[in-house]
Amino acid sequence: MAYDYDSSIRPGKLPHIWCPGCGHGIVMKGLIRAMDTCELDRKNTAIVSGIGCASRLPGYLDACTLHTAHGRAAAFATGVKMAKPEMDVIVCGGDGDGTAIGGNHFIHACRRNINMTYVLMNNFIYGMTGGQFSPCTPTGDKASTTPYGNPDPIFDISKLAIGAGASFVARTTAFHATQIDKLIAEGIKHKGMAVIEILDDCPTTYGRRNKFRSVVEMMERLKDMAVPVAAAAKLPAEKLEGKILTGILHQEDKPEYTAQYAEVIKKAQGA
Amino acid sequence: MSSPKGEVEIIEQYCKGCNICVAFCPTNVLEMDLFVVKAAKPEACIACMQCELRCPDFAIKVHKKEA
Amino acid sequence: MAKKVALLQGNDACAQGAVYAGCTFFGGYPITPSTEVAEVLSGELPKVGGKFIQMEDEIAAMASVIGASLTGAKALTATSGPGVSLKQELIGYACIAETPCVIINVMRGGPSTGMPTGPGQSDVMQAKWGTHGDHAAIALVPASCQEIYEETIRAFNLAEKYRMPVQVLYDEIVGHMRERVEFAEPGELEVIDREAPSVSPEEYKPYDDTKGQIPPLASYGSGYKFHVTGLNKAADGFPTTKAELVDAEERRQIDKVDDNVADIEKFETYMTEDAEVIIWAYGSTSRSARYAVNDLRKEGIKAGLFRPITLWPFPEKQTAELAKQAKAIIVPELNLGQMVIEVERVAKGDCKVAAIGRVDGEPINPGQIAGKVKEVL
Repeated sequence: MAYDYDSSIRPGKLPHIWCPGCGHGIVMKGLIRAMDTCELDRKNTAIVSGIGCASRLPGYLDACTLHTAHGRAAAFATGVKMAKPEMDVIVCGGDGDGTAIGGNHFIHACRRNINMTYVLMNNFIYGMTGGQFSPCTPTGDKASTTPYGNPDPIFDISKLAIGAGASFVARTTAFHATQIDKLIAEGIKHKGMAVIEILDDCPTTYGRRNKFRSVVEMMERLKDMAVPVAAAAKLPAEKLEGKILTGILHQEDKPEYTAQYAEVIKKAQGA
Repeated sequence: MSSPKGEVEIIEQYCKGCNICVAFCPTNVLEMDLFVVKAAKPEACIACMQCELRCPDFAIKVHKKEA
Repeated sequence: MAKKVALLQGNDACAQGAVYAGCTFFGGYPITPSTEVAEVLSGELPKVGGKFIQMEDEIAAMASVIGASLTGAKALTATSGPGVSLKQELIGYACIAETPCVIINVMRGGPSTGMPTGPGQSDVMQAKWGTHGDHAAIALVPASCQEIYEETIRAFNLAEKYRMPVQVLYDEIVGHMRERVEFAEPGELEVIDREAPSVSPEEYKPYDDTKGQIPPLASYGSGYKFHVTGLNKAADGFPTTKAELVDAEERRQIDKVDDNVADIEKFETYMTEDAEVIIWAYGSTSRSARYAVNDLRKEGIKAGLFRPITLWPFPEKQTAELAKQAKAIIVPELNLGQMVIEVERVAKGDCKVAAIGRVDGEPINPGQIAGKVKEVL
């Protein structure tokens, strides 16, 4: 059967605002399938975002959706989760929103290991404002504010999340559609901060400036870049040059923040 | 030729003509027609779901046919 | 039964008032001279099953407060001038998304780090104009520890009733002084909770004003699925750029305060009936002003005190009437002339208006005010 996405989407909201070939729609489908896999009750699911193309995602989904200010999604989500820990909380947004203006909130949500799932769509660019370089624009690439090539080094978002303390970190690409929902579902099931980085394409503001001739070529690149972690372990270092590891990169059991705070309440109440 | 395993439904008003589905269909069922996809060879569909999974615009549904 | 009383610091009184009002969430970040509010609530909130979280920065604190409020919690943050500057974008978010919350600003000098341990009243214009865009503002300015307790409760009530952020501003002097505070018994003071929707989740629109200026706000996790955004939006909560809808939304959010000034305003007058000179003062400065009035009266000068407790919306009517009655209005403030601008605007030249400004970290004393009165008359 064709997958039933319609029951998760607010009536009348399609077509969405994303450009032709933008991978955010593929990610949204994956997120819907993951929420279905985990049987999330949408009345008790908060989907929180910041500002940017990827942050428009929650508006399409029939749930408790919160489109906040630029960079602040993780902090708003932390308030929601702390105040109502019984809610499932999903954050979505882009690389600029999450790791530049929102970088501090991102790393501290990871550090607290608060139980939420952060779906970070990394398309290497600020798309909504017209293609300025982000902390994830590859060095040397063209953006509207790097006409001579980007002099900045990049963030490895997954490594950043692991270093900051997130207890579940996974990565895939918009090409690997079936892996998107599997990893997000694993993240939702995981008790703690789960970061799912999805390498994505922005044909309009990144692809055109960087000599990609088509959306399909960008998709092919995502396909070629990805090496599953298990396969990578068997490959020599030179074969991994320019590649990115995909799959579950890190998973550990460690105290979750709202559970820790429940203990604080017990202590305060003299239990 | 065996009968198609799936029926491709295209929601034309959602299609933005990105060409992803056309490129990744393993049996070349799909074609672009003035920036909107159409099922040019519907009989070749093997219901692999690649086009539905990768369509960013919710514009393709593949209905699997009972064997 | 004797009332429960305690010798409390202003910041502690604020925390106690918040608990009385039903606050169950505090998101904050340490900053002098407000930190004691956070310290006290880190102990008190978990006792009542509430949540305290120290966030990674001031912006995050404000974000967490809005997020918590949308789940139905009465949410608070406390900070000082630099912190409010950082929070301003999200205060605007709370305005346009119509999310109830309370922001305590224990004022110090400035700009920038200024004199963190000294008193100031330099954020009174920031409370009105700090965030970008047009929006209504409610700001309360208590002048004693007892009043901080009560005004914090009232701030929550106004936030819940009018579905908007409410700021409580008091200067470091009041925040750090210790006074006798009488606690209210349960039920003694009014505690207002936001209006819940009367329609089913299917029919609910979070910004539907057809039944009144203040649309009921559902809580996340209560069966209602709805969208909240900082974009201009239609009644259903989804973004719009339709001119007539954007205009109506912006105007309604301002009108909901302007049309209810009588409910929101609060002030005290002291010996103003026959006063020829009015000292228009708020916060710690009003305490010196009261002494100045007494001293001037002893000398035969008919002085009186007008003390706004609600600073925003500005007490236009009362100030205009006093300007007609008096020869002069003196506005002492721990800044270099902020509210005096409003007083001048409203007085419309009906009387002299003079400012006393002080930003050296010292309070304005009664002698300074009395001296100015004599100079002006």
